[in-house]
Amino acid sequence: MKTALPFLETDTPARRVRVWFDGAPLDLPEGMNLAAALLAAGVRVFRHTPVSGAPRGPFCMMGACFDCLVEIEGVTRQACMLEVTEELRIGLPQAGEGGHDEG
Amino acid sequence: MTKADLIVLGAGPAGLAAAATAAGCGLDVILIDEQQRPGGQIYRDVDRVLPLRGEVLGPDYATGARLTGGIRQDTIRYVPGACVWQIEPGFSVTYSGNGGGVVTGDRLLLATGALERAMPLPGWTLPGVMTAGAGQILLKQSGLVAQRAVLVGTGPLLFLVAAQMVRAGTPPLALVETQTRADLARAARHVGGAMRGWRYLAKGLDMHRTLARAGVPRHVGATQVEIAGPGAAEAVTFHCNGRRHRIDCDTVFLHHGVIPNTQAARSLDIGHRWDVRQHAFAPVLDGWGESDMPGVFIAGDGAGIGGATLAELAGRLAALRIAESLGKVSPAERDRQAAPLRRALEREAAVRPFLDTAYPPFAEALQPADDTVVCRCEEVTAGDIRGFARLGCTGPNQAKAFGRVGMGPCQGRICGPVVTELLAKANGQSPDATGYVRIRPPLKPVTLGELAQLAEPDPEAKK
Repeated sequence: MKTALPFLETDTPARRVRVWFDGAPLDLPEGMNLAAALLAAGVRVFRHTPVSGAPRGPFCMMGACFDCLVEIEGVTRQACMLEVTEELRIGLPQAGEGGHDEG
Repeated sequence: MTKADLIVLGAGPAGLAAAATAAGCGLDVILIDEQQRPGGQIYRDVDRVLPLRGEVLGPDYATGARLTGGIRQDTIRYVPGACVWQIEPGFSVTYSGNGGGVVTGDRLLLATGALERAMPLPGWTLPGVMTAGAGQILLKQSGLVAQRAVLVGTGPLLFLVAAQMVRAGTPPLALVETQTRADLARAARHVGGAMRGWRYLAKGLDMHRTLARAGVPRHVGATQVEIAGPGAAEAVTFHCNGRRHRIDCDTVFLHHGVIPNTQAARSLDIGHRWDVRQHAFAPVLDGWGESDMPGVFIAGDGAGIGGATLAELAGRLAALRIAESLGKVSPAERDRQAAPLRRALEREAAVRPFLDTAYPPFAEALQPADDTVVCRCEEVTAGDIRGFARLGCTGPNQAKAFGRVGMGPCQGRICGPVVTELLAKANGQSPDATGYVRIRPPLKPVTLGELAQLAEPDPEAKK
């Protein structure tokens, strides 16, 4: 039985490209907002907080909250400010992630 | 062109309109925006998205395409995908992304828009809980609709998102509304003003009809709202009409109004005042949008919440004054062009007292329960912050030292206003006396690599 995903894509999908999220392959629409594409693929937890290890996912989708942080090529970045590109390797931010301190 | 007459920050309705108007007056303009394509949040990605989803998003969204068309001029340099992290008097603006760089200008217009008012409730940090604006961005930009969503809170945006979900063929499971019938009754005395903004009332009625036709259940006057976990949002529970309710869901969209995004203005130490009616800080401005730092203008929701049409008008007004101050148009010509804009602006603003009174922010989220996390980055609770006040903490800057509140990567964008309110209440002081977190560069985290790229090659360095 196919489990319904939390989000439904209403468009005819764009060309899908292979990306890697925490080591697992995902085929996401090229050029789509990265946070949105991950949500559409059924990813709910993007990271765990450095303080308590609580799970987090995208919250504001406009670059204000930093809850959708992921790690790309060693840099902690906001998934909601990125787009899907082929062979993108997305990792979970390390505990004590970049930007934890002010500024 | 790294030097311009005018630097505009933000390509939403205010910034787009200001840039086009200024260029029309003969100014060189640099327009910097964080997103990859123009439109801001309200017209997010409009050029690409309008043909795909124009019908679901409604006729107002199409307005954005007219505004984005206005910036395709030789005298406007549009820099998308740029994260501004430092603004200095004079004015110079430093950004990372899109090559990074420093631009300078004689005048600066901040068109940084709004942020959603934080709505700290038990469980609001769980994956699956988002702002209503986030839900709308997902629909606008990416065509995503939440299949099993509950909308919680109050205000026009909440109803608009619900109506758009209905039109997209995926109605929300329910609306859990925090405004009461008494709020609406109180708003009735502003109905005269609201009638002048009849277009908004008509739109509101239309949204409510859409929801009623789709059979979306509405729970009005909800209290004790909580989101159940543990690993992700599973349900919303609340008290309404004398009993406890539980609605199972995958997604919760929270909303109880928007507030000016003042981070950039705060970083310049521009004066702000607490606006009692809008329940938020707003910059102190003159009738043209000029701040107490000469040459810095603020237009749009960043100047006080008024919506997209008002933002566009305010952007045009500020641009006219800027052009006049640089000698590009005469004072008489400025005033001639400004007159119809001012009349339209007054009409637009007429509905606000009604809306602000009918849909007040949710009291439980303005003063959250002790266990509720307020600072999402550093996971500081409302109880922690009240504890800081008991130890003598009087303002948000001190609160940083007491417990790292507002010191995470979001730099207080989400929690800052709540921290102000908590400390103001606990100390029996006004929000103005309590103040806001001091904003210093970098306005957003910047990598060492990006900093290094900015360094000018120094011929003396190798000696």
